[in-house]
Amino acid sequence: MPDNQLTPGIAPDRLDASDYAENFADLHPRLDAHEALVAADRCYFCHDAPCITACPTDIDIPLFIRQIATGTPQAAAETILTQNILGGMCARVCPTETLCEEACVREAAEGKPVLIGQLQRYATDTLMEANVHPFQRAPATGKSVAIVGAGPAGLACAHRLAMHGHDVTLYDARSKAGGLNEFGIAAYKTVDQFAEREVDWLLQIGGITVKTGQKLGADIMLNQLRTEFDAVFLGIGLGGVNALGLDHENKTGVEDAVGFIADLRQAQDLAKVPVGRDVVVIGGGMTAIDAAVQAKLLGALNVTLVYRRGRDRMNASRFEQDLAASKGVRIITNASPVALHGNGSVREIEFEYTKDDLSPTGQTFRLAADQVFKAIGQTLAGEGLPDLEGRKIAVTGPGRTSVPGVWAGGDCAAGGDDLTVTAVAEGREAAEDINRSLAV
Amino acid sequence: MASLASNFAGISSPNPFWLASAPPTDKEYNVRRAFEAGWGGVVWKTLGEDGPPIVNVNGPRYGAIWGADRRLLGLNNIELITDRPLQVNLDEMARVKKDYPDRALIASLMVPVDEDSWKIILDRVLETGCDGVELNFGCPHGMSERGMGSAVGQVPDYVQQVTEWCKKHSDLPVIVKLTPNITDIRKPAQAAHDGGADAVSLINTINSITSVNLDSFAPEPTIDGKGAHGGYCGPAVKPIALNMVAEIARSPSLSGLPISGIGGITTWRDAAEFLALGAGNVQVCTAAMTYGFKIVQEMISGLSQYMDEKGFRSVDEIVGRAVPNCSDWQHLNLNYVTKARINQDLCIKCGRCYAACEDTSHQAISMTPDRVFDVIDAECVACNLCVNVCPVESCITMEELQPGTVDERTGKVVEKDYANWTTHPNNPGSCAAE
Ligand SMILES: Cc1cc2nc3c(=O)[nH]c(=O)nc-3n(C[C@H](O)[C@H](O)[C@H](O)COP(=O)(O)OP(=O)(O)OC[C@H]3O[C@@H](n4cnc5c(N)ncnc54)[C@H](O)[C@@H]3O)c2cc1C
Ligand SMILES: Cc1cc2nc3c(=O)[nH]c(=O)nc-3n(C[C@H](O)[C@H](O)[C@H](O)COP(=O)(O)O)c2cc1C
Ligand code: SF4
Repeated sequence: MPDNQLTPGIAPDRLDASDYAENFADLHPRLDAHEALVAADRCYFCHDAPCITACPTDIDIPLFIRQIATGTPQAAAETILTQNILGGMCARVCPTETLCEEACVREAAEGKPVLIGQLQRYATDTLMEANVHPFQRAPATGKSVAIVGAGPAGLACAHRLAMHGHDVTLYDARSKAGGLNEFGIAAYKTVDQFAEREVDWLLQIGGITVKTGQKLGADIMLNQLRTEFDAVFLGIGLGGVNALGLDHENKTGVEDAVGFIADLRQAQDLAKVPVGRDVVVIGGGMTAIDAAVQAKLLGALNVTLVYRRGRDRMNASRFEQDLAASKGVRIITNASPVALHGNGSVREIEFEYTKDDLSPTGQTFRLAADQVFKAIGQTLAGEGLPDLEGRKIAVTGPGRTSVPGVWAGGDCAAGGDDLTVTAVAEGREAAEDINRSLAV
Repeated sequence: MASLASNFAGISSPNPFWLASAPPTDKEYNVRRAFEAGWGGVVWKTLGEDGPPIVNVNGPRYGAIWGADRRLLGLNNIELITDRPLQVNLDEMARVKKDYPDRALIASLMVPVDEDSWKIILDRVLETGCDGVELNFGCPHGMSERGMGSAVGQVPDYVQQVTEWCKKHSDLPVIVKLTPNITDIRKPAQAAHDGGADAVSLINTINSITSVNLDSFAPEPTIDGKGAHGGYCGPAVKPIALNMVAEIARSPSLSGLPISGIGGITTWRDAAEFLALGAGNVQVCTAAMTYGFKIVQEMISGLSQYMDEKGFRSVDEIVGRAVPNCSDWQHLNLNYVTKARINQDLCIKCGRCYAACEDTSHQAISMTPDRVFDVIDAECVACNLCVNVCPVESCITMEELQPGTVDERTGKVVEKDYANWTTHPNNPGSCAAE
């Protein structure tokens, strides 16, 4: 164990330089040609295949796998990208174990699904490495659309609209496009600047102007966009973070998991990202898992993930939970935080065991903590947005909001899982609806 | 972008992929769905004489053999021609052709060997607006017992005679479908050509018994304790079909006779191989029966990608490209010397190459205690068996010895010049080159 792992508090350089590269290497390295053929061979080319139904973007999976099996991975990539322009990212980040691969008939037959996600990556990587952009713009329509938010929803919407010949201006508050692909997804799922390369590749369609550093509600206003453009799409994701609701929540060391991950994703040198010796992550979703695993990979000595209900209620899939466990993250379930201890900086966090219905048990325990990550959900941020349903923008059908001429999709819109692939599907569907509405 | 548009014997279709005459093309419902899926044409399930329809068995009509993972490799059937009334088929064909004018629709026919029967059926199918007729001289079971199908196809004189009648009584392009159940496929092809056929199509199914039930001691599929031979098709028959297509394509007296390639075509690659050996288009049956109509999408995307990569603009640029390279054994270059090479990085050390070579070939692979396999050049005759049994693609390859190097097996220097058996000193009939 490097000495620095024992250093108390929040510190950088906990590991030897070489450990970082190894720890943050590709989670599932790309299949080689032989592996891809063996994997593709297992597909039964099912009729009206359940995997297609399970994919939010309805990729024709049996067809693309057959195209790989017959030696035409680029044609396979086209099949994928026609439905899902971020098929490359989705191949890396989709929880396939709860989507296509869960539905695979070979999961039923042998408990071993066809490796759909990895085959998808094999195909899309082949095409992108050849730097082929297989889509062309329709003749210019003279119509223009403003898209706010350059995450998966906004990007998918932009590409489809550009393909239909409309001019798109894509605004984002951040300095870089990509949304959570760039600032959120775990580093080991999207190595080698893939998010950035994918955005560059996507923009090759033409007709999309990206304007970064433009925040809706500050630099640009919805009403102004409505008058300047023929339609507006909102794909602003969830900018806010839920609070724990404890006293002294602003103690040093108590941080938002998403902020920690964003810093890590943008770090030039992972060794310089400071991390606690004893880290506690509160939450049970993908963000909690990613924060915990990456804290561990940065060299935190003890990382504990604490979730208030039972393990089967966690939003993170079994695969994600096992991944965390295999990296040395300790998972405690049925415990809710009740107090933060420490002068100025957090030193300990106290929990009470809770039943599945969250009723208290009266039994408490404390964990050493010099860094506490809150990962109990993100919330929609912004004023003057269309009507809400619950805490998200209300939509009907393919993303129509309460405001005429304004569509929304992705995490900021009500309905659907908060997943990259769902955001892509909603962005694409909204684009098709916008296109239809602009035609009349 | 390459164009897949096809013109076969004057019949145009948006792509060269047709469905062969069989259950997939047995009725309007199927054919409409096939056209929606993208098939360029169909040869309708074979029609017979008007009158009481044909009857089929009411028990199982298919048998099969499988490869690993239960992949269907060969299918055998004892189905007869259409068992639906003639007029029903004709009405359906007319409706479909009207709604899909750009697709090829061919009537497949089989009636007794007399001129009147053929004249009558030709007049009837004309009303459908179909683009051509295919004469089914191939069905090897049931109908052949009644003097039709392969019973005709096996007698070149009958083939020629019926073809002549059809050309006499119809202006439609006539495609003669050949049976592979014959020794020399060129004979019936020549007869069709001499009879004025516009094209031939091949192969129909091969006489076969797929398996025997070892409890009931009856061939499968078993009908009440008995089984009859059936017609074999699917991936397993492709090599036989390819050879027959090539035989016709390289026969000087048949040059220019369009060929519709059939037999085991399952992927775009299979189709391209038939085209390269001289087929002007292809027909598919078993692959559609195994995987559904949708496979045509892979055939279309695969062939267009291949054509784009090769710079071919039209399908015709592929047709026959491999024919000049189909040779007879006696003309193969005996001075072309290769040796097997094992890529140690790819080798997974299963030892199958060793078992094959050591037990059944030339003892040309060495094995160390830590399972390193290597080729002994002094023994390797370059038979290719190790390449074929290796489970890892491209792990074992054949490397050509350059002229001037010594072949360690024979001790001879590899010659630069081409030399074949006809001039070889060991050939008693050799005629030394001038
Ligand atoms: C840590 C983490 C890990 C995740 N891991 C996975 C995973 O492995 N697999 C998976 O499928 N999903 C994962 N998700 C969920 C997935 O990232 C989201 O569902 C997806 O990114 C939603 O896409 P979106 O386009 O709706 O929003 P976002 O990706 O959030 O993009 C929204 C964009 O809008 C911009 N924006 C926000 N407000 C404004 C404003 N006012 N003005 C202008 N621009 C604005 C933001 O800068 C951002 O670029 C993860 C999420 C997190 C937080
Ligand atoms: C069940 C079945 C029925 C068939 N019926 C006919 C037929 O009526 N007429 C005909 O010309 N060929 C018939 N065939 C032969 C096919 O058209 C085709 O020539 C043969 O199956 C080889 O192609 P494949 O390997 O793609 O299946 C039939 C084949 C099968 C499997
Ligand atoms: S495929 Fe099966 S269900 Fe359909 S007709 Fe044949 S035996 Fe009956």
